[in-house]
Amino acid sequence: MCALAHYLERKGIATVAVALVHEHAEAIGNPRTLSVPFELGRPLGAPDNPEFQLRILRAALALLDRPAGPVLEEFPDPAPAPADYEGWACPVSLPRPEAAPDGTHERRVADEIARLRPWWDLAKERRGRTTVGASGYDVEEAARFVARYADGAEPDDPEPQRKLSRSLKLACDDLMAFYTEAATAQPGGAASQDLSDWFWGETAAGGALLALRERAAGEDDKGMQLLGGLLILPRSQAHRAGV
Amino acid sequence: MTRYADMPESVARHLARLPLPEMEGGAFVSGPPLSERRIALVSSAGLGRRGDRPFGPGAVDYRVLPADANDIVMSHISVNYDRTGFQQDLNVVYPLQRLKEMAAAGEIGGVAAHHYSFMGASDPAPMQPFAEDAAAAMLAEGVDTALLVPV
Repeated sequence: MCALAHYLERKGIATVAVALVHEHAEAIGNPRTLSVPFELGRPLGAPDNPEFQLRILRAALALLDRPAGPVLEEFPDPAPAPADYEGWACPVSLPRPEAAPDGTHERRVADEIARLRPWWDLAKERRGRTTVGASGYDVEEAARFVARYADGAEPDDPEPQRKLSRSLKLACDDLMAFYTEAATAQPGGAASQDLSDWFWGETAAGGALLALRERAAGEDDKGMQLLGGLLILPRSQAHRAGV
Repeated sequence: MTRYADMPESVARHLARLPLPEMEGGAFVSGPPLSERRIALVSSAGLGRRGDRPFGPGAVDYRVLPADANDIVMSHISVNYDRTGFQQDLNVVYPLQRLKEMAAAGEIGGVAAHHYSFMGASDPAPMQPFAEDAAAAMLAEGVDTALLVPV
């Protein structure tokens, strides 16, 4: 991200950058940078908090008035916690994954999606959009594809012209987006760690992705090895795979 | 979380190992007062529209995001950052709605008709010609300022 500012400035576009990694911002020395103390993935601090987001934008854009650079300023405040935060629970009480030990990943994930679907529909209606769909599959199709691979079945990619590792990666990301959107449909904030712990620790989909990860890592194809090794499980959840 | 010392050790170790480009002799473009600036967003979150080519490992090009697009999705390859904020509120990563509000209030001069997303995990050097193309497109539509937002 940081180098882009230099490339744009050389062509006549004034830039101001928000930075999440302070040491990177210091090393690159962009013309104008606002360093923010938020977790990776949240450069504007917190969802559904327009006032706080505007404060960050105003602080960043104010740097455009400086006559010379590089300018590196730090935003002083941490991200606010979700309003009235007293912990979080998914609106649907899903059965624990281990409650159906004889079920396949495919069956268990399909059951979960059916239970979550009304909440996802509500979330989509309230937000007027969804972030599900980068894979090009609908969520049921993505879930079936991912879960069947996790079950050890022959891959049956709905888009076989794409590399299997790419298709599985995009389908996994869509599955996670669906779960988050459904689980946050009701008002009341959830911390990012709550949602991550819930998905990876309490859902059948999280279990399917752990199984998928393990199978992919053992494939001969380097793209599949990369997928299994690095592109499914966040480092913050690595303990669930014993790594 | 903004300095290595505030991050989980494994994340900090990974970030500290990333090669950073050496940028010498950087330009510094001035411009009109903020209330007259027309601003485009440049994201490195691997954003695109549903149906766009997803970003893959090593991607150095960009996707164009029209200001009225309501089908923004993310195909960044990394899993080591939070996506749940974006999934709840696009403005956490792509604050277009906030910029539009600032324009309506007269705080900024205007919002570009087109915005841009790269995928930040890639080597930045090969991004240069693509960034220059984006700059040319910005200038052609009267944009003088870019707000760069990471993920």
